[in-house]
Amino acid sequence: MNKKILHSTGVSVGYEKHVIVDNIEFDVKAGEILTLIGPNGSGKSTLLKTITKQLEPVKGDIFLKDGSMNKMREDEIAKEMSILMTERMKPELMTCRDIVSTGRYPYTGKLGILSEDDWKKVEEAMKTVNVWDLKDRLFSNISDGQSQRVMMARAICQEPELLVMDEPTSFLDICHKLELLSILKRLVKENNLAVFMSLHELDLAQKIADKVLCINNGRVERAGTPEEIFTSDYIKELYGIENGAYIEQYGSLEFSTEHGDTEVFVIGGGGKGAAVFRRLQKLGIGFATGVIHEGDLDYPVAEILADELVAEKAFAPISPEACRKAEEIMDRCRYVICAVENFGPMNEANRQLLDKARQQGKLKDSPDDCRN
Amino acid sequence: MEKNTRIRYTAGFIILLVLLAALLLINLNVGSVNLTPADIARILFSHESDTVQGHIIWDIRLPRLIAAMILGGALATSGFMLQTFFANPIAGPFVLGISSGAKMVVAFMMIFCLSRGFHVNSAAMIIAAFAGSILSMTFILLISQRVKSMSILIICGVMIGYICNAATEFVVTFADDSNIVNLHNWSMGSFSSISWENVQVMTIMVIVCMICAFMISKPMGAFQLGENYARNMGVNIKHLRLELILLSSILSACVTAFAGPISFVGIAVPHLAKSLFKTAKPIVMIPAGFLGGAVFCLFCDVIARSLFAPTELSISAVTAVFGAPIVIYMMLNRKR
Repeated sequence: MNKKILHSTGVSVGYEKHVIVDNIEFDVKAGEILTLIGPNGSGKSTLLKTITKQLEPVKGDIFLKDGSMNKMREDEIAKEMSILMTERMKPELMTCRDIVSTGRYPYTGKLGILSEDDWKKVEEAMKTVNVWDLKDRLFSNISDGQSQRVMMARAICQEPELLVMDEPTSFLDICHKLELLSILKRLVKENNLAVFMSLHELDLAQKIADKVLCINNGRVERAGTPEEIFTSDYIKELYGIENGAYIEQYGSLEFSTEHGDTEVFVIGGGGKGAAVFRRLQKLGIGFATGVIHEGDLDYPVAEILADELVAEKAFAPISPEACRKAEEIMDRCRYVICAVENFGPMNEANRQLLDKARQQGKLKDSPDDCRN
Repeated sequence: MEKNTRIRYTAGFIILLVLLAALLLINLNVGSVNLTPADIARILFSHESDTVQGHIIWDIRLPRLIAAMILGGALATSGFMLQTFFANPIAGPFVLGISSGAKMVVAFMMIFCLSRGFHVNSAAMIIAAFAGSILSMTFILLISQRVKSMSILIICGVMIGYICNAATEFVVTFADDSNIVNLHNWSMGSFSSISWENVQVMTIMVIVCMICAFMISKPMGAFQLGENYARNMGVNIKHLRLELILLSSILSACVTAFAGPISFVGIAVPHLAKSLFKTAKPIVMIPAGFLGGAVFCLFCDVIARSLFAPTELSISAVTAVFGAPIVIYMMLNRKR
């Protein structure tokens, strides 16, 4: 039932005759969000500019529903596709409602005068994205977060089947990013919209996309579901990350730094260790940690940041072997920090480690006490 | 449309029309020869043109005020279109060197023709001015593709203006005396010595251009959101660009052909009109700018004629005195 709204079986995009991304294949169906990711300069914008007709394809064609975009006229495209760009514009003396009303452009007559019905649609669109109360404010005087929402209202007022967005969240703070993308998600569901967008924020891309297209080295390097794309190894490779790591479980990045020998042992687990790990890493102090269960919140961070990690299988009590290994490492360390607050049957061994550390006088309260 | 907006638009147009009517009457009345309103009414209604007074009204003041009205409107509209085109509120035919380019080519042609004893008619003047406008415009377009900064574009325009003026000066220096006198008056900008034949030609040209401009007010409005959004709204950007360039060049060519280069009207009037109507929508701004330009030029012309009568000031000097402060004020108040 869901038909392809935008697709290409092979389009090459670039400037003039110079190809930047070759032979791109993709399709977006109604009710689907396709997210474009890739490093800076990989050609994401070039592809978006080609879709929005700012550039001609170097080779091949893109199809909007069944029409060839090379052949369609601007006004035909306007009724199917609307856009939302990164850059903020400052039109003179236009209220937010004026801005949204420009979305009705393809439907008005020769002089562009809106009918009652058009104004009603403007109002509806503004209410959908919660900007109706801004209607009489000048567009040049509102905040970035508000302005992107107004532009979103403008885009949906155009009653498109496809929404093309170029990094719509770029200048927004976390709260406004979430707000904008939540509205987008709702619109996609309610109006069965197809969305083609580029996003810089990998964590958000992972969460909002139905499909991901990765552009790198002049081609589509990978395409698939977020689960297939957002693996630690691939993201590291795609962006050429050398000084850090990408944690797929969190969709977040961790730094890596140079530091000396392993000096501190952290008793971790239950998600309490991650903050201690990060603080130690900022101080440039090498550390080992244990005993942490696989699947624990601390586990992925420890995997990246700790010099040594003693782990136990999920849901299993800490085995004597693991405990012994942890003790060995602890003996080599100068200080011990215990991040764990609660002990139970599963991490009983960690309590023993704590007692031992206390006896040895190695126990410190916080990472900052371990500075030399 | 909101009720307030409708009231504002209506009030704005009424104000402009009242000012226009008042200035038309003042322009008819003021001059070195004193005429009572009753005289004027009698002369106008009886079509009396064989007396000295009739001659003053019919052959001097009337064509002059019609020219000031039509050309002032044309200038303001041309400025507004250029501002839309370059997304730059201080763009205008004068600062971008378009008027100077037109002046240069017209001067070349006048000197060439007059020295060989040809008569130069209105159409030839317009064609020469148009060629000059397009010449300057081409340079500006080449520059605007390379630099995105608004102020640099304006500076380049001013430079082009200086180059054209220098070329004009150069040619004038080597021309015959009689030609120079003729040229000097015109090249400073003036609505004087405009004939009925001139008025006919300019009226037709300007009215046709104004209708065309009004017809593209919809895509112009979309273009104010920037090229990308305009294209997404279904505007054919190439066509619109071409239309904007041609129309603004023809309009400013008309002005330069008949009245010489006139400064600041193209920037100051659209700005004043925007402030009065609290909108920049082309569908309002094109008629409002036209009326505003007419009012502004009639006002300036009456001052040019009467302030140091019988000596006449150049119209450009007067428009600069009133226009330049408005432009400066506008630049200071622009929110970045």
